[in-house]
Amino acid sequence: MACIEANGLRKTFGTTIALEGINLRVEEGRILGLIGPNGAGKTTALNAILGLTDYEGELTVLGRDPWSARDQLMRDVCFIADVAVLPRWIRVTQLLDYVGGVHSRFDRAKAEGLLAQTTIKRSSKVRELSKGMVAQLHLALIMAIDAKLLVLDEPTLGLDILYRKQFYDSLLNDYFDGTRTIIVTTHQVEEIQDVLTDLMFINHGRIVLECSMEEFDSRYLEVMVNPEQLAAAHALKPMHERPVFGRSVLLFDSADRNQLAALGEVRRPSIADLFVAVMGSKASERQGEVK
Amino acid sequence: MNASNIITEVPNKPSASTPTRPLYWSVRRELWENKSIYIGPLIAAAVIVFGFLVSIGHFPQRRRAALLLDESVRHAAIQLPYSIAAMVILMTGIIVGIFYCLDALYGERRDRSILFWKSLPVSDLTSVLAKASVALIVLPLVSFFIIVATQLFMLIAGSIVLSMNGLSASMTWQHFPMLRQSVFLLYGLVVLALWHAPTYGWCLLVSSWARRATFLWAILPFAVISIFEWVTFNTSHFYSFVKNRLFSFGAEAFDFSAASVQIQHGQHIPTLDSFSQLTPGRYLTSPGLWLGLIFAATCVAVAVRFRRSQGPI
Repeated sequence: MACIEANGLRKTFGTTIALEGINLRVEEGRILGLIGPNGAGKTTALNAILGLTDYEGELTVLGRDPWSARDQLMRDVCFIADVAVLPRWIRVTQLLDYVGGVHSRFDRAKAEGLLAQTTIKRSSKVRELSKGMVAQLHLALIMAIDAKLLVLDEPTLGLDILYRKQFYDSLLNDYFDGTRTIIVTTHQVEEIQDVLTDLMFINHGRIVLECSMEEFDSRYLEVMVNPEQLAAAHALKPMHERPVFGRSVLLFDSADRNQLAALGEVRRPSIADLFVAVMGSKASERQGEVK
Repeated sequence: MNASNIITEVPNKPSASTPTRPLYWSVRRELWENKSIYIGPLIAAAVIVFGFLVSIGHFPQRRRAALLLDESVRHAAIQLPYSIAAMVILMTGIIVGIFYCLDALYGERRDRSILFWKSLPVSDLTSVLAKASVALIVLPLVSFFIIVATQLFMLIAGSIVLSMNGLSASMTWQHFPMLRQSVFLLYGLVVLALWHAPTYGWCLLVSSWARRATFLWAILPFAVISIFEWVTFNTSHFYSFVKNRLFSFGAEAFDFSAASVQIQHGQHIPTLDSFSQLTPGRYLTSPGLWLGLIFAATCVAVAVRFRRSQGPI
């Protein structure tokens, strides 16, 4: 069964089109990375999936219509919409009490166990915790909920690299079991490259690329071409070219690996490189944001 | 509730589910967040108790003066401090309630925590009803207990001082029978909560919609209509109506006609001494009450709609 299925999902804010009728199908047990520049429509798409915004078109999440049944959907869906959305006045124990009181799939013992691995005190208020600790606390809560779908929208924004690494490590090792579905958006693309099973690029409210990571690895190849072989390389129609230390790095879609090997050093491109190539010259000006 | 809070390690079944009580926990979380719900009335009570203790030296004198009065005036004079204490705490509770409602659906959007609350299986209806019930049920109950405690303290402290000065304390208890007065108070609080339901509902609606300055938005329409009426027709019906809604309380719920005491020329103090003065039947059949309740329900329903679609600001 598909975890999420959308047909002609469309959302406009006044004259601005946030989602231009996208079709989407996410199977169970996938970890999907939703990548796009700011204002591409990622958050709007996630908000529609989470029942936080209304929309035009068809959308089913775990067999339910998110907009009309958000509270029921949230029994099976967890999300971290942003860092630091936990109420600042609440105490850690109150948070555990509350989530335990309203969520039937919350395992308090597991949350306590996860918190015991951190330096977060049970009696602290959220406002007394550092940004990284708040993220740890939120993740501990989420991981103690036995959900079918987890949505993470920029879950590590503003956290230092240690917390970010730890965040994805615990997500993969302690949470992901192969049946759960995870959707994650982030600007720190390279950090989730090895986490994902599927990849989706979104821009101007449209899906511009959709592939599994196996497909990604087999389809896209990057070659650092020797200058004398540049003309030969161009003949193979690269999708993108960028200069690195005076040499050219060319990105190819579905090219023959052996043929490329003759031109120079072949390697696997990063998601960020592919992103820049797909988004075209306009997006390449914004590369700094993507990285 | 916390069935998972067990010492022994139990293998976690994926389908295991514990019963939940979203409304109960939503109300509790409101009390965690808004300590003013009980601190406000407590501060009012503390001020009253402090004032009472400061002036307690004059208490025997005043009682001696009261003894010289007519029976009915004396009755009102002895009751007065307790009524004032109740009024002050009650008014504080109402003010706290209004500001609580104005912030209830606005604060969670401003601090973005609405994204967390909405990530849990609690419907918008439950959340808004929890907030409404804090103003309509929890606050009156809190006020009730604080008022009773304050009055009881005043009665006991006053009685001790009176007996130390060779005066009979039983007269106070006779004129202010605590148990009966508490029943009257509880009745009054229910009447008042129903009477103010549209005010709280309106405040919740404004708080679910406004992006800033909830207090201004809450009073603006009423000010505009009042001024418009005054300028155009030189009348103030709308203003009187609003004032009546805010500051009077369900007049139909009580019958003061037979029991008001004239203190000075034309100055009357209504007194409440018998259960026959309570007229719940008349109150419950008055159209003003029901129109107000319909307005309140409409406001809450619209606030639920807004909470569903509004995100953080």
